[in-house]
Order: sequence, then C-alpha cells, then structure tokens
Amino acid sequence: MKKLFSIGPGIVVSALLFAWPAWPLHAQSDCLSCHGTSGMTDSSGRSISIDGDKYHASIHGTLRCTDCHTKVKGYPHPANAAEVHCSTCHADEASGLAGSVHAKASDHPCLSCHGNPHRIVPKTDPISPVYPLNIPKTCGTCHGNPALAKQHGLANVYASYMDSIHGFAVSKEGLLVAANCTSCHGSHGILSHKDPRSPTYRTNIPVTCGKCHVGINEQYQQGIHGRQLAAGNLNAPVCTDCHTAHAIIEPTSSDFRMQSTPVCGSCHKDKLSTYRDTFHSQLGLLGGYVQTARCWDCHRAHEILPASDPRSPINHANLVKTCGKCHAGANASFVQYQPHANPRNRRLNPALYYIRLFMNLLLASVLTFFLIHTVLWLIRSHLARNNGGKNA
Amino acid sequence: MPEPTESVPTTFAPEPQTVPEPPRERWFLRFTLAQRYLHGVLFTTFLVLAATGMVMRFSGSIWAMRVARQVGGFGAILFFHKFCALILTLAFLIHVRDIFARGLFKRERGIFWGPTSMVANWKDAKDLFAHFRWFLGLGPKPKFERYAYWEKFDYWAVFWGMVVIGFSGYAMWFAPTFARFLPGWALNAALIIHSEEGLLAILFIFAIHFVNTHLRPDSFPMDYVIFTGRESEEEFRHRRPLEYQRMLSEGRSATRITDAPPKWLINFSRVVGFTAILIGLTLLVLALSAYFVG
Repeated sequence: MKKLFSIGPGIVVSALLFAWPAWPLHAQSDCLSCHGTSGMTDSSGRSISIDGDKYHASIHGTLRCTDCHTKVKGYPHPANAAEVHCSTCHADEASGLAGSVHAKASDHPCLSCHGNPHRIVPKTDPISPVYPLNIPKTCGTCHGNPALAKQHGLANVYASYMDSIHGFAVSKEGLLVAANCTSCHGSHGILSHKDPRSPTYRTNIPVTCGKCHVGINEQYQQGIHGRQLAAGNLNAPVCTDCHTAHAIIEPTSSDFRMQSTPVCGSCHKDKLSTYRDTFHSQLGLLGGYVQTARCWDCHRAHEILPASDPRSPINHANLVKTCGKCHAGANASFVQYQPHANPRNRRLNPALYYIRLFMNLLLASVLTFFLIHTVLWLIRSHLARNNGGKNA
Repeated sequence: MPEPTESVPTTFAPEPQTVPEPPRERWFLRFTLAQRYLHGVLFTTFLVLAATGMVMRFSGSIWAMRVARQVGGFGAILFFHKFCALILTLAFLIHVRDIFARGLFKRERGIFWGPTSMVANWKDAKDLFAHFRWFLGLGPKPKFERYAYWEKFDYWAVFWGMVVIGFSGYAMWFAPTFARFLPGWALNAALIIHSEEGLLAILFIFAIHFVNTHLRPDSFPMDYVIFTGRESEEEFRHRRPLEYQRMLSEGRSATRITDAPPKWLINFSRVVGFTAILIGLTLLVLALSAYFVG
C-alpha cells in the first residue's frame, strides 16, 4: 500500500502528460511558474521573464497571458509563441495606425510609444510614457534624433518644441493642458500635414489650435486672414505662419517682436518696405529697443480688419485711440501721419516726393560743387608746392 | 564774427624769461577761448550725433546693428542722440544770444556787415570766381579777408543745418505737441528732411570741411588754429593778406598779438583733432558704403 502510494503521483503525472498533446495552461500562475523566474531568456537570448507583480498592477493585469499570446495553447510552446495582435481588442487604434505615417515603422507600432507590454498603465498614470507630460520625451526618442529627421526629410522639431512656450509649460511647469505632440498631431492616426484630413493641414490649423485657444480662434475667424482662408485662399496665413509650428515663443517677448515683422512682410512686401523707411522700423530694427510699433500694434494680431471697417483700429475714427496707445496726446492732426508713406511714389505722396527730391538735389549739388572745388584746389596746391612755394 | 578782442588767458602766459631770446616769430590770436570752446562742443556733439544718427538711418546694415548692440541697444543710441542734441541746441542758443547781444546791444557793426562779418558779400562771389581761375591757372590767387567764402559757407551750412535738423528732430521727439500746429504729413517730412540734411552734414563735414580746412597741403595735417586760437605771423600774412594789411593799417596789431601756443596745447590739439578726424573719416566710409552698397 505504501509502495503503491509512493508511485501513485508519478503515474498520475505520467498519465496526464501523455494523455493530452500539450499541458493546458489556464491561469497566469501557470505561466509565471516558469516565466516568473528572473533572468529567463529564450534560445536567442531575449528576456522572456515577467515580473508578475508589475503585470498584475498594469491595466492588462486581469487578462490571462493567453488572451494576448493566442498562439500559446500549452507547453511546449509553438515557434511563434510571442506573436501578439493588439488589434484584437484595440481595433480602432490599430486601424488609425494602419493609415498613419507610422504604418510602415520598423519598430513595434504599439510598444514604441506604450512601452513594456507587461507594464502598460493608463495614460492618466504619471509613469505612462503616453502621460501628457511624458509624451514629448516619448516622441523625442525617435524625433529628437537629427539623423532620423534627416532621413525622413523632417524638420528637427523636438529641440524647437522643448524650447517653445508649450515645451516649457510641459517640462518646467508640468501643465497637463499644455499642448504636447498629440494635441496637434493626434496619436494613432497621425497624418502628414499635406493630407487634407490631418489636423495639421493648412486649413485645419486654426481649428486645431483653437481647441485650446478658443478666443483667439474666434478673433482670427473674424479677421481678414480667417475669412480669406475660409473662402479657400490657401495663401492666407494660419497660426503657424506667424507663430511657427514648434518653436512658438511668448508673443509679447522682445524676440517675437523682433522676428515677426518680416513674417507679415513676406506677403505684404510693399507695406514692409514703406514701414522700413519710418522711425518705427529704424528704431525697432536694432535689438534692445522693441517698444516701437510693429504691424500688429496698429493692425491687431488676429482680428485684422481693413481700414474701411469701422471696427478696425486703423479706421479713421479709431486712429486717435490707436496711436494714443503709445503717443500720449495724439490728436486728429497727429494721426494724419502716414506710417506707410512712400516718398518715392509721386502719385500717392506728392508732397513727400518733392521734399525728398529737393533734399536729394540739394545734397547732390552741394557735394558735387564742393567736390570739384576741393579736388581742383588740391591739384593746384600740389602744383604750387612743387613749384617751390611752401604756401600754396 | 568780429575780431577777437579777448586778452590772452593768464594760464597761457609765457614763462618769465630771464635771458633775452633772439627775435622770434610773432603769434596772433584768431579765435577767442569761447569760440574754441564752441567749436569743441560743436564737433564733439556732432560726432556723437552723426554716429548715432547713422546707426538709425542705416539701421538695416550689419555694422549698425553691431554698434547698437555694443552700446546697449537702441534705447542707448536714442539717448545719446537726444542728449547731444540738447547740448548742441544749448550751444547754438548761446551763440545766437551772443551774436544778438554784440550786434544789437553793444553795437558791434562788424558783426553783421563788413570785412569781419560772417555775412556773405560781393567780395565773396568775386573771390569764389577768382579762386576757380587760380585753380585752373588763369589768374592770381585771390587775397582773403578774415573769413574766406568757403569758411562762411561752412558757418552758414552748420547754422541753417542746425535750425533745420534741430526743428525736424524736435518735431519727431515731441510729435504730438508739434502736431498741434503742424499737419500730420509734416511728421513724415520731418524724418526725410532730418535724415537727408543729416547725411549732407556728415558727408560735407567729413569729406569737404576736413580737406578744405585741415588736410589740404597748405594746412596738412591739421590747422591747429581752431584749437590753439593762435597762428603765426607768416601763416596770417599768407592766408589772409587783406585782414593782415587792415590790422597793420588800423594799428591794431598790438591788441591781436599773443604768445606762441604752449607745447601741451599743441599736443592736446593733435590728440583731439586727429581723434576727431579719424572718427569722422570712419563714419564717412560707413556712410558711403551704407548709402551705395545698402
């Protein structure tokens, strides 16, 4: 009896082993009894050990291993044991990804961003790589690499973003609402900005930025640029034309005040050239003195309206107030000053044209006369000296 | 301006000589100390006004941006410009007050008319014509009085230049105030006039005045008389024979005679004068390059 008992379990085990084609595995504990061992590797040396506690803490912790590793039916495992299709459950995300710019990525499309598959936590968890404050760093692992950017013909946007007002809000202030990569580009279905469905496509940008900047977007849509864009004019500037896409800086900063006038001038060439002739520009052009009027100080930045519109700050009725922002004591006569006068244009500015002409003639005639006078005098003095007399 | 009548400043008095020296060259006073100070204030402030003004006029050029950065940006540039403008305005007003005080109250007739006046006369036109004839070898060198025609031109160019540049400058500085009695477009005109007249002044002073007065062979490398106030009898007789003759015939040589310029004053004149000429020529090169190259 005792002997029988002693071999009993062996028979049972042997019987079970040979009665099924493979040992059925049902619970995580079944898998973890082997894979829970730290340092376990497969034949090619890749780690196949799982930290059971961390897996249980992950968002997938209640799932059985075989829910994802569907090829594994028992032990021994089939050759493609590790094959997992996230799309089985996450169909929407997968289909978005399939149509995105990342569809052909050589790295694992899900894990590149979501990290270790056995430790995935909700994106609201601060340790998640897709937690809003971690997203720039996560995207930056590839997009911060200048070689990769060059290879794909992309701008090296990571550094620009990290130094931008949005990047600082994320990295320095920890603002969850600050725009990170996905706020504008989306997450799974990221499309090229050339794709009309993309949130970063030209005509969609005001809406995309307007998700947060609601008030600014309303002003923009009222302004001439917004209305032109809505009318289908793709040359009308959108947010990123003035603010840039990634290197966005504080618009009241002196750097922005210094850099953005040429941006307006890239379309409004004649207005920039006449502005350049004025005191506003001459004083403002050199760094360190940024108080002089820039385009938007008079025209507004977003709700730009033609002078004929009574709501426009450059409408005649509003000029005293607009100029008075800087020039205390501005009156009706003062505001007749033309900030875009062109003294080279006789038709538009006859008085200034003739004043400039007179000044140029005065300059040329005085200098020409005295140049001849001086040159002749010098020649004569040299001749006289050479002829012996010291005092020529 | 009439002949200076100021006595020799005591600080310039010669050392007491115990051993009688051999007869030396006699020196005559041409400019009073006040006139020399006026010129000093004028060219010092003008150099700063020209330098800062050109930075503003050619604000798009690389050197202008570099200079602005060096001195602390445009706020500093504008500050120096306005500061020197105030000093120069003050000097100008003192000069005008002086002219009127002497002309109207002290009844110095020579200040408004005659051989010692700055006011142009028929002789200046004849001198100009004769000078050109002499340049071309067609006649003798004209004999000049106290102020030659080109010196009078220098004086009036600066005089009216200060009125025009000053008025247009203050119109921009205090634009809303000036707009009470000027139309708005006059503020547009003010910048054109200010900047063109300023450029004319820079080109004229640094190209024409420097050569006519200092760099031409007769005075090369520099005419120190505006710094020392004195010139030798030989220079005096040669340069302005008519004034020299008049002085002798009127028997006024004793009131004009002075000591030789002390060595320190000549050295001082050299340092200051050459510094000014060097700065001026640098600005001239920058102005010409910015004007023609862009």
